[in-house]
Amino acid sequence: MTAFQAGAGYGDDRPEQARGSAAIVLDHTDPASKRIIVGYGFWIFLLSDIIMFSAFFATYAVLSGETAGGPSGKDLFDLHNVAIETACLLLSSFTCGLAAIGARAHNGLMYYGGMAATCVLGLGFLAIEIHEFVGMIDQGAGPTRSAFLSAFFTLVGCHGVHVTLGILWLLTMVAQVFAKGYRADILRRVLCFALFWHTLDIIWVAIFTVVYLLGAGQ
Amino acid sequence: MSSTDDYQPLHGADHAPGDEPARGREIAEGVLGYLIGLGLAILLTAVSFFIAGTFLVWRPSVPVALVVLAIAQIGVHLVFFLHITTGPDNVNNVLALAFGVLIVMLVIVGSLWIMSNLSQNMTPMHMPMG
Amino acid sequence: MLGKLTWGAVPFDQPIPLFAGAFVIVVVICVLAFITIKGWVPYLWREWITSVDHKRIGVMYVTLAAVMLLRGFIDAAMMRSQQALAFQSQGYLPPEHYNQIFSAHGTIMIFFVAMPFVIGLMNIVVPLQLGIRDVAFPTLNSISFWLTATGALLVNISLVVGEFSRTGWLPFPPLSELTYSPGVGVDYYLWGVQISGVGTLLTGVNFVTTILKIHAPGMTYMRMPIFTWTALATNLLIVAAFPVLTATLAMLTLDRYLGFHFFTNEAGGNMMMFMNLIWMWGHPEVYILVLPAFGVFSEVVSTFSRKPLFGYRSMVMATMAICVISYTVWLHHFFTMGAGPDVNAVFGVASMIIAVPTGVKIFNWMFTMYGGRVVYPSPMLWSIGFMVTFVIGGLTGVLVAVVPADFMLHNSLFQVAHFHNVIIGGVLFGMFAGYTFWFPKAFGFRLHEGWGKAAFWCWFIGFYLAFMPLYVVGLMGMTRRMQHYDVPEWHPWLLVAGFGAVVVLAGILCQVAQLVVSIRHREELRDLTGDPWMGRSLEWSTSSPPPAFNFAVLPHVEGRDDYWRTARLAERGLGPRVEPTYKAIEMPRNSATGFVCAFFATFGGFGMIWHIWWLVIVALVGAFATFVVFAWRDRTEYEIPAEEVARIDRANRRARGEALATAEALS
Repeated sequence: MTAFQAGAGYGDDRPEQARGSAAIVLDHTDPASKRIIVGYGFWIFLLSDIIMFSAFFATYAVLSGETAGGPSGKDLFDLHNVAIETACLLLSSFTCGLAAIGARAHNGLMYYGGMAATCVLGLGFLAIEIHEFVGMIDQGAGPTRSAFLSAFFTLVGCHGVHVTLGILWLLTMVAQVFAKGYRADILRRVLCFALFWHTLDIIWVAIFTVVYLLGAGQ
Repeated sequence: MSSTDDYQPLHGADHAPGDEPARGREIAEGVLGYLIGLGLAILLTAVSFFIAGTFLVWRPSVPVALVVLAIAQIGVHLVFFLHITTGPDNVNNVLALAFGVLIVMLVIVGSLWIMSNLSQNMTPMHMPMG
Repeated sequence: MLGKLTWGAVPFDQPIPLFAGAFVIVVVICVLAFITIKGWVPYLWREWITSVDHKRIGVMYVTLAAVMLLRGFIDAAMMRSQQALAFQSQGYLPPEHYNQIFSAHGTIMIFFVAMPFVIGLMNIVVPLQLGIRDVAFPTLNSISFWLTATGALLVNISLVVGEFSRTGWLPFPPLSELTYSPGVGVDYYLWGVQISGVGTLLTGVNFVTTILKIHAPGMTYMRMPIFTWTALATNLLIVAAFPVLTATLAMLTLDRYLGFHFFTNEAGGNMMMFMNLIWMWGHPEVYILVLPAFGVFSEVVSTFSRKPLFGYRSMVMATMAICVISYTVWLHHFFTMGAGPDVNAVFGVASMIIAVPTGVKIFNWMFTMYGGRVVYPSPMLWSIGFMVTFVIGGLTGVLVAVVPADFMLHNSLFQVAHFHNVIIGGVLFGMFAGYTFWFPKAFGFRLHEGWGKAAFWCWFIGFYLAFMPLYVVGLMGMTRRMQHYDVPEWHPWLLVAGFGAVVVLAGILCQVAQLVVSIRHREELRDLTGDPWMGRSLEWSTSSPPPAFNFAVLPHVEGRDDYWRTARLAERGLGPRVEPTYKAIEMPRNSATGFVCAFFATFGGFGMIWHIWWLVIVALVGAFATFVVFAWRDRTEYEIPAEEVARIDRANRRARGEALATAEALS
């Protein structure tokens, strides 16, 4: 842990505990470790991302009936594809967890294996989603057809863009560990990546429930 | 550049969100945690898909059931994948999450309430369709 | 090759923007030439442009705000003069032009004056008040600043290449949709605000993490200065609200660029949803602006009353209450849009409730002054001016929170007067107070007090002259944003308002003079002790300006206003006599990442505006490459050896000791 974050000057490179009383246990006033700072900061960023998604969700909910005489969710959604997409993403969350354990334990098999599996599953998810979008556009049910479709493509598409960026990030993290080993700062980034990837699955739970399962049933 | 390991939770310090619970745990224990989470999530997901399509359940209750199941799935993710617990070292993480949930509720519920109120109060045929 | 961009985009046929643009270009070229000839470029690159030091970044933010204040004020002066002249006449600004001016005025003032000013002050002060060396993510901080600068640059480029938006500072559809705004104006707005919004969101993440996770030893949450508490509330609001802005502007962008139907007239779009979402951001935004101003006043009032702030706990609770409630009142910006009385009433009541914690704050400030030995340097004048002015503005706010009253006053000049009342009286006065209060800390010398007082009185009187008539004229029925009118009763009031703008201009000139004079006379105004005001919080324990590492040894905090306690002990010779043990300090290395990112963002934004798609792709690839290069760094910190730390700290202690001894000898 670097002296910068720990507040050097007291001859220790761990954060200095406030002198004396037991009350400090709950207060822990000293500068936190770098891993906590980075993890917490990224957590806050993810919450802001979730809030952004909630704005898209709210818009989708408000516009879900505005089909402008065109097709609705019931006409368009194929729940078999959604089930496969869900399975891909859920399994990828699991493999990502394995990769995180591998990184922590400096275990190459678990780390690289886990990341590779996560990547493949993520790409599988994207392939199905892109196929679905192209199919809908071919049918004349593209995002310019109606407000409902604009909202659908934006909400689900935004999630897909996040998955794409996540895969780019995944590849970068694999390259970094490969090039520089299990350095502390790289492991912090792996922690952030794992947080990101799990959150994407959480958002997908909301999407497949609200958009697909509820939408297909109307 | 520091290569010092900074995982070691300090006495009284917070826990980074998403981080494995404790360094000393075996790999097997960690994998088991994820496996349990995966199993529960698969179960809840399967139930969701089933309920959405079946007529064995009273149809008007389906939306509520799906939402409850979704919340349960999110809970499984938070606990088993993100390691968000209720321990004292996680207080800041839980508080941040609670703040986020509050805002999300305000955004979604607020928007739905306002927009439905607006459309109820508009005269009919106000917006031509298509 | 160049998308929609042609020579026709330059306003050769419109004299005012043409001359204004030419003037600005000439000034910019002269400044750049001057800097280059003087050989300052390497220094500026090394010490400022690539700096990740919160103090430097804060100064750059405030500088950006000050420069943009001049542009925003010129827009305001043009609006006031147009309205003073345009009684039964067309004035001198045609409608298409006038519409761009009021849109630019609002956009610039909110996004590129108020926000950077607030964020700049928080940058300079918060880490010092927490007793730490820097924010949680210093390079991210630099990126935030440069992205904000990109947004400001894009908006200013619209003066010379193309046009600006005509839809007001918030681009309501369907006017802002492609059908009714086919030009590039709305696109300049969208990309300028969207890019700088990303920067602001990153600042929010940075400061929430810093304030919650990095403290000097002994600094519990309830020992933090109130300015830091308000900074926390503000940054929580940024994290909560800016994503909604991003999403909403993105949806409008999709409508314009790809033919989506979120807010269009046809195919089921719902433009009321835009109002709903944009104000869901817009209301927290104004609290993001005003809460740090409240924090400034808490610091200034307690310092110059020589008393601890009255009611610290209630201040903290009031701050956090405002933070949460501000996210529950947004509908009051569109009471008249058609919601039923139940919805309107709920939000109306919430809007009245939010006045209560602010009232608590006002009383706490007054009780702080009561029984104190109050002195009145110009920061204190700004504070008292604020207390009077903001209360009036707040009262008119509660007035328009009464829904039936709002039905008469919505979109009238009464509303315009109300929000300028609270933004100028609250935010701007607070920023000026903070600027004067912390200027010595940032630069090492005080601002000239005489010019400061003159500036205050001109602003104060000018504000009342400019805006009180607008309340009257609003009650008489005048709508906002009018390019001309023919109601004789309004004219005299608008003439007074125009004169008020002239008095405010005098105030601004006083502030410019103050800066010039202070720099000229900086040796006489030098702050040798680091504590020119008898401050109470930790930033005053450092030298002015502080060394790069802020504190040679992180302070150990034992209570609120801990510096006040140790300074009074030191005065009586009772402080610690033993020198601390100096250790080497590792500081984050400078990085060009922020600047380079912004460089790509500028070209990317410009490419999106003018549909130059290859440029956009280059910019995106460039930005990603910049991140990867940054992530590949092996050395992220540099070490300041213990002897260097010791040398700097001993010199500062000696200077402070000598200055105190001299002061004692003189008294």
